[in-house]
Amino acid sequence: MQQLLTTVLTGVTLGVVYAAFALALVLIWRATRIVNFAQAPMAMITTYIALVLIDAGYSYWLGFAAALLSGLVLGAVVERFVVRFVSGKSEINAVILTLGLFIVLHALAAIVFGSRYRSFPAPFGLRGFQIGDTTIALTGFGVFTVVAVAVVMVGLVLLFRGTDLGLRMRASAFNQEVSRLLGVKVGRMLTLGWALAALVGSLSGLLIAGGGLVHPSYMDGVVVYGFVAAVLGGLDSPVGAVVGGLLLGLSLSLVSGYVGSELVPLAALVILMAVLLLKPGGLFASVRERRV
Amino acid sequence: MLTVDNLSAGYGPVPALDDVSLTAGHGEITAVLGANGAGKTTLLRTISGLVRARSGTVSLDGRPLTGVSTEDLPALGLAHVPEGRGVLAELTVEENLRLGALGSRRKTTAADLRRIYDLFPVLAERGTGLAHVLSGGERQMLVIGRALLSRPKVLLLDEPSLGLAPKVVVQIFELLRGLVRDDGLTVVLVEQNARSALSIADHGVVLNLGKVVVRDDAATLAADDGLRHAYLGF
Repeated sequence: MQQLLTTVLTGVTLGVVYAAFALALVLIWRATRIVNFAQAPMAMITTYIALVLIDAGYSYWLGFAAALLSGLVLGAVVERFVVRFVSGKSEINAVILTLGLFIVLHALAAIVFGSRYRSFPAPFGLRGFQIGDTTIALTGFGVFTVVAVAVVMVGLVLLFRGTDLGLRMRASAFNQEVSRLLGVKVGRMLTLGWALAALVGSLSGLLIAGGGLVHPSYMDGVVVYGFVAAVLGGLDSPVGAVVGGLLLGLSLSLVSGYVGSELVPLAALVILMAVLLLKPGGLFASVRERRV
Repeated sequence: MLTVDNLSAGYGPVPALDDVSLTAGHGEITAVLGANGAGKTTLLRTISGLVRARSGTVSLDGRPLTGVSTEDLPALGLAHVPEGRGVLAELTVEENLRLGALGSRRKTTAADLRRIYDLFPVLAERGTGLAHVLSGGERQMLVIGRALLSRPKVLLLDEPSLGLAPKVVVQIFELLRGLVRDDGLTVVLVEQNARSALSIADHGVVLNLGKVVVRDDAATLAADDGLRHAYLGF
């Protein structure tokens, strides 16, 4: 019983981080049909920015805020000054560009921040809470992780569902030409969409780094899990990304707890294959427009 | 009033529009007719800036639209309902309508929505549902309603009758006629269905291979047997 509880709690905390990363991928995919392979190194860079500030003696929270803010800026810059140049051409061009950016950002990080492992602090305890005599697998930082991701998700839902700006962003994600004819500045919406996605990606980077080690490729493993989570939920669906992330976190935690932690990457790939074979659109595949 | 002067445009080396001029007068319906590939859709797309003009000018109430980007046109009073309708099926009916008002840089009011729902009662029932469940006729009503919410002076309509039952076409065309009569709307109506279009239009322009071949009163065009057989197919 206790092992099951441990596995589930670990799974949920892991799952929300995958969910955040998957959401970052989905936000960009929905708007531009591009899988942003540079999402992980972008989050790595912003986490380093936080680390530099924290190591310089500033508080964790200042570093945290700076990372999210620089994520916003980095996302906007990447869209406006890199991806924009290949807009209107085949999507594969943009995908290759993000792959190139992956390598460039890696190299830049190694030059600027060094490629050794550096420890990243956590604002809350990393030891499990005590209930009576037993220690459960839920840590203070784990609670913070779940709350932080939940806050960002609720914020995004409010933005997309409740505001005119969100409506414009959704419209341009669905049909750029029609949106332009309706007076939506599609270019700005895309820039903003990339900025928001990079912010969510930065959050996942910070949460993975918390209490662990950071080096230029520390996020690379997360790309695989985040991508599997996004495909599991349906690349088109933000809700799917969240559910997919949680499901993946739980499944991998179960595999790790009951089968063996060395099988976790294999399990993720088995899940990916199963989804692609059985339900290629993902669990939350969105409605296709009906031709009339 | 929309004025098009000597407009040329094309995709690659082939001109799709060759020196086209037309005037859509205030409070009138101008039908743009012609066979498939005559350049009708390209004409509307060039007016909206979706296709770049090679030469020539477009102006709205005397204000040249050259260099104005597509996104700014609704705020200037030009609404374009594209071919294939352009319903955003993943959004609700009401969200589609709200986008129309946003195009003219203002908030949608309850009165705005009520006006559209009065015009198209069927949309009121569908308001909070996703637009993808709408039938073809309902979609056409939605995009016209959405365009009206941007309070246009000029409405460009591309093949509104496409794929609709004749009864629905009559209903939509009568409604257009009413809007032009009551609100002084100016309409440029691109149609393959020349007979229906001429029945509500004031003037007509016939395009063939990107050039204007005839322009005249709608009644005169409809009565010209030779022209009808040659270009209009009825």
